[in-house]
Amino acid sequence: MNFSRRETLGLGLGAMALTILPMGASAATVDELIAEFTGGADMADTGVTLTAPEIAENGNTVPISVEAEGASEIMVLATGNPTPPVGTFKFGPLAGSRSASTRIRLATTQEVVAIAKLEDGTFARTSAEIKVTIGGCGG
Amino acid sequence: MLSRRDFLQMSMAAASIYGGSGFGNWARLAAQDKFDQDALLEFEKFGNVTLMHITDIHAQLKPIYFREPSVNIGVGENRGKVPHITGEDFRRAYGIGGGTPLDYALTYDDFVSQAQAYGKVGGLDRVATVLNAIRADRPDALLLDGGDTWHGSMTCLKTEGQDMVNVMNALKPDAMTFHWEFTLGSERVQEIVEGLPFAALGQNIFDAEWDEPAELFKPYEFFERGGVKIAVIGQAFPYMPIANPGWMFPEYSFGIRDEHMQQMVDEVRAQGAELVVCLSHNGFDVDKKMAGIVKGIDVILSGHTHDALPEPVLIGETHIIASGSNGKFVSRVDLDVRDGKMMGIRHKLIPIFSDLITPDAEITKLIDAQRAPYLDELTHVVGKSDALLYRRGNFNGTWDDLICDALLSERDAEIALSPGVRWGPSILPGQDITREDIFNVTSMTYPNAYRTEMTGEFLKVVLEDVGDNLFNPDPYYQQGGDMVRVGGMGFKMDIAKPQGERISEMTLLSSGEPIDPQRSYVVAGWASVNEGTEGPPIWDVVESHISKLGTVSDGARTPVKYVLPK
Repeated sequence: MNFSRRETLGLGLGAMALTILPMGASAATVDELIAEFTGGADMADTGVTLTAPEIAENGNTVPISVEAEGASEIMVLATGNPTPPVGTFKFGPLAGSRSASTRIRLATTQEVVAIAKLEDGTFARTSAEIKVTIGGCGG
Repeated sequence: MLSRRDFLQMSMAAASIYGGSGFGNWARLAAQDKFDQDALLEFEKFGNVTLMHITDIHAQLKPIYFREPSVNIGVGENRGKVPHITGEDFRRAYGIGGGTPLDYALTYDDFVSQAQAYGKVGGLDRVATVLNAIRADRPDALLLDGGDTWHGSMTCLKTEGQDMVNVMNALKPDAMTFHWEFTLGSERVQEIVEGLPFAALGQNIFDAEWDEPAELFKPYEFFERGGVKIAVIGQAFPYMPIANPGWMFPEYSFGIRDEHMQQMVDEVRAQGAELVVCLSHNGFDVDKKMAGIVKGIDVILSGHTHDALPEPVLIGETHIIASGSNGKFVSRVDLDVRDGKMMGIRHKLIPIFSDLITPDAEITKLIDAQRAPYLDELTHVVGKSDALLYRRGNFNGTWDDLICDALLSERDAEIALSPGVRWGPSILPGQDITREDIFNVTSMTYPNAYRTEMTGEFLKVVLEDVGDNLFNPDPYYQQGGDMVRVGGMGFKMDIAKPQGERISEMTLLSSGEPIDPQRSYVVAGWASVNEGTEGPPIWDVVESHISKLGTVSDGARTPVKYVLPK
């Protein structure tokens, strides 16, 4: 399998994630939401992909998609939003593809997290840093 | 000091050979005592495929001066790596002698005296001569245009890109990708693209509403050359709606989309491509990162960041070629492709010395025909410069200081902001400044010089935001421009710090007082990406200022202190 952008981002941002922990109350909320979803179980680093732009063209409507083979649920959190939960996609046993796309609103540059609950009861986690900028000037 | 021998040795050094016998086999290259068109074009034909790359012309039909940057700071993994070296470091890296033609073409030091000795660079009629000579050597050579072609001059602005389309069509490109072209507006882009006699490519140009590849642009095109099936995949500038006004082309969405790029590479390989070329407007560091992620691209022809490199950079098995800007260079890339595999590469970055290369008469005529209706305006002398005016570099160039001064005085502002674009030719001391020269550094479809109020706090947000677009250690978060140019305010920038912590010591120059986060300041600027921005076009502001000055002299430079990353 090829090294996907998400996996690379996930790896590359591992270190960065430490420095961009969301502030105060919502940090606890994100942790709590994850703990609630996983029941505190360990999460694998592979098994779920999150496709998102590196820099949002419009922070008010950022296209993202998630996919995880064999997932029964995929939860998406925008960790830097005042209300982090974006949604949880649920897939029935007859679902042909365990993928979903949506557009989300991002208040600021932040890490978006996707956690998949797989049918075997294990969990997988990935994240992407999405930058929201006021715009600049290209070369 | 400027011996002909030096020139040839260096230009040959730039023709690096590697493949079977390893990289940069300079010692074998012969030197002859000449410095002329033949020397510039000298190239021992290699392999069975030739690519010709030109990019970021910015509508410069005629020869110009173009000073390369003195400050070009790499961050993260790219600290100190090409293209983020300048001057002496650059010469040392490539074994270029001081005062040689390649020194003049590729570095900034002693620019004025070298420019006086070697003359102007570029001119698409000279480029035509070079292309024709390469085609005489290899008739089926591919010409690939990396974009930023239909933007950057008065005639291009007034004809909505038609002058460039007419001249480029005569040079017969095989494919093109895009960036500033979109600032003509999506309707005009569509009108031109539908009539192009060559492929308009961009695997990352998507329909914004449906998030699927846009119909107008093909992701790739196949070519049969020298018995080789070649796929050229286009990669448009990824951050178009962020760096430029998205409201001018709301139908389109971009992004790097390296996963889709991988799909395209796999798709063309499955269809039998023996050579995969990516014609890219990513910018050099983004191309480097992409080359490390996407597997199966043989050559990336890199544009956008205006870097000119005399050797390819190899990432994995992908060779990245950077061919400069403003018509100053053409890259010739000869490839040996056998048994469905690239076996070797020979490359030369050909500097277009305007005085040495005979212009192609037909193209000269065609260029002059484009300019004829506007010739009086183009040649109108506004003032004179006693200073070297240039822009390129991470922070304010002298052209930017002059534009910021114009904004401060003509718009009666305390602080001026000017975009950190990388285009804009240079003016030598003693040269007249014509209206054309002013358009060459200001022309765009969103030129309004606004006057507004910003709090000190917001000004910091602006500097931090633009700073992170330049100095984020991850190239995928960089947009490829330089730092916003500032007038009336000095600041300090700690490049290695994260966004929000880079900028300090913001000082209002008129009073010497620190910028007060709570106070409102009168700010003038231009090139706002916001729809409905009001104000006179920036070229009128600059012209008025220069005509009042009469002669532009070396003025006070906006003080920007910067702390280099370790």
